[in-house]
Amino acid sequence: MTTKEALFKYILRIGDTNLILGQRLSEWTGHGPFLEEDLALTNITLDITGAAKSLLEYAALVEGNGRTEDDLAFLRNDRQFFNVQITELPNGDYARTIARQVLVDCFDFYFYQELSKSKDETLAGIAQKSLKEVTYHLRHTSAWLERFGDGTEESHNKVQLALNELWQYTNELFEMNEVDEILIKEGIAVDLNVVKTKWEKHISDLVEKSTLIIPQNVFMQTGSRKGIHTEHLAFILAEMQALPRMYPDAKW
Amino acid sequence: MDNQGPVWEVFLQKKAGQPFVHCGSLHAFDKEMALENARDLYTRRGEGCSIWVVPSNAIVASSPEDFGPFFEPSNDKVYRHPTFYQIPDAIGHM
Repeated sequence: MTTKEALFKYILRIGDTNLILGQRLSEWTGHGPFLEEDLALTNITLDITGAAKSLLEYAALVEGNGRTEDDLAFLRNDRQFFNVQITELPNGDYARTIARQVLVDCFDFYFYQELSKSKDETLAGIAQKSLKEVTYHLRHTSAWLERFGDGTEESHNKVQLALNELWQYTNELFEMNEVDEILIKEGIAVDLNVVKTKWEKHISDLVEKSTLIIPQNVFMQTGSRKGIHTEHLAFILAEMQALPRMYPDAKW
Repeated sequence: MDNQGPVWEVFLQKKAGQPFVHCGSLHAFDKEMALENARDLYTRRGEGCSIWVVPSNAIVASSPEDFGPFFEPSNDKVYRHPTFYQIPDAIGHM
């Protein structure tokens, strides 16, 4: 694998993770628990989708064979997507959406901190911009985790159940393969072990503060680095890609 | 919906040094949520650099019936308005 091929795959991984999470979260738009929180989550969703656009645009540029960011988003099949599986899982109730968002926001917070030091200036620039946004996302979703965890018995049980079920998808965030190996040598990619140490400490403190428990001895899911997904991704793509696939020349 | 929490009033400061101006209200269950909701509802287009949120029930307001005794007596007292002074342009925002 050449450095260029590795870089393309690396950007796709980050871009797809943002794209699919943004698409998933957008399902809440107009259905939030109350008006103000509906707007807050929609703002977060827009930030995430915006990051996906910048990343896929850059991926298309790196690939350099004429594909655009829209081609990458709308004309690939599920096995060609590299988003982490946690992003494609159904939203569930609001506690579950928040639990997932805290886990991902916290990862992004430390990941973008490292990526903003990348020798690839475009990636570093995107990371610096996203870091400001994610710092706010993490603040917002952490506050909700604490409210649910330390709230009523019902909210506590719901958010604990969500954590128990989502935990098996967290190890994927930190998986590294040949792509990472090649790009870490070039000073482009992030060493995810560094991110993992900081993430574990942060989440452990936050979960404890929220009077919740991190599940132990969980079997960890894997696959997204190879394009293997849960059954949910194809349904997201069907909805997201229907229009551009049916009307390939549609303009908006 | 009746479970969206108490109402808070939002005040925004456009630039450092300028007064905080009331810009609207929102629902929130606690201080942090009120501050975050204010940020999301009222400052996404660079409208401000600082926010105050105040529980609506902490604001003491005059009522419409008070209008006569409160405000009308000042109408005929032109000497209360310092219109006889020239304010130099350099003073700027005042």
